[in-house]
Amino acid sequence: MGKKVSRRQFLTYTLGSTAGFLASGMLFPMVRFAVDPVLKKGGSAKYVDVNLPISQITQEPKAVQFVIHRKDGWYEPENGESLTAWVMKDESGNVRALSPVCKHLGCTVNWNSNPQYKNQFFCPCHFGRYEKDGTNVPGTPPTKPLDKYKTKIANGRLLIGPVES
Amino acid sequence: MLKAMYEWIDERLDINPIWRDVADHEVPEHVNPAHHFSAFIYCFGGLTFFVVVIQILSGMFLAMYFVPDIVNANASVAYLQNELAMGAIVRGMHHWGASVAIVMLFLHTLRVFFTGSYKHPREFNWVVGISIFFVMLGLGFTGYLLPWDNKAYFATKVGLEIASSVPFLGAYIKTFLQGGDIVGAQTLARFFALHVFFLPAALLGLLGAHFVLIRRQGISGPL
Repeated sequence: MGKKVSRRQFLTYTLGSTAGFLASGMLFPMVRFAVDPVLKKGGSAKYVDVNLPISQITQEPKAVQFVIHRKDGWYEPENGESLTAWVMKDESGNVRALSPVCKHLGCTVNWNSNPQYKNQFFCPCHFGRYEKDGTNVPGTPPTKPLDKYKTKIANGRLLIGPVES
Repeated sequence: MLKAMYEWIDERLDINPIWRDVADHEVPEHVNPAHHFSAFIYCFGGLTFFVVVIQILSGMFLAMYFVPDIVNANASVAYLQNELAMGAIVRGMHHWGASVAIVMLFLHTLRVFFTGSYKHPREFNWVVGISIFFVMLGLGFTGYLLPWDNKAYFATKVGLEIASSVPFLGAYIKTFLQGGDIVGAQTLARFFALHVFFLPAALLGLLGAHFVLIRRQGISGPL
């Protein structure tokens, strides 16, 4: 045994740890309650029929609106949430559906919207640009290519799923 | 390490006298349950404060999920109670704590009354204490409406009818509290604001005054 613990120290440690134990018993439920969104897993997204026959998809990106249903805490919009995908065919004829969310800071990109940058996706917030296949143009703010939606084809129609991770 | 950190701060800010002034004071024998067990009746004031601290903390956390709106209020309460980890416990702390706070406050008032501690020179602190009592009742009343269920709705209707029975001013008080022609959207928004901003601010101010006065005047002597 090393140093002797004085009576005062012993009492300080005992009282301190008892108080700490009681306080943590009180705080734990509240903190766990507050961090619940961090620990919750996201729901699995389904594929949505976007009402677009495959034959109408061309090499030119086309904004396709589709509606998904998901619960936001206690709130579920009756008419769902409207999302957009930029849908096109790539060189080998496969369908590509890009998310319009800019990878810089989350604004919304548009195809061909800036006359200075023909045939590129353009983000008005900080002038981020992407090529037609979604790769970010070097020297502009985004550091990653646009997200791709998972897609499926059923009965000649396009189904859009969650963003590829 | 903690000690070194404390000393570093104390050397610069001289905080030692501040907390010593708050914490270092003698507990007289007649209020110390270690000497006379019956002195536990002197604990009710401190217990009331402890419960108030729990109410403030649990209320802050509940406010992370609660929405004061007639469409979403009940749904957000159901969500935080049923779908979040520990939701029932945090809401339970606030729900039961509200009643415990009133009980403790009442026992404290009884102790002060029967030990005659309200007498000169402590009359003013009695007045402050009674003000705290009314603010706490106000917190209970405004909090009751927030889950926006049937119990909340009709309890508030009854409460507002009682308020409207005040001579001359009743109708004005009722309209002020109701915020509109019916117990509805405006009432809920108003009760929420009163419950989380106005009344807690008043409560903290009054508690501060209550504690300053008790330190100035000291605990009343033995019977």
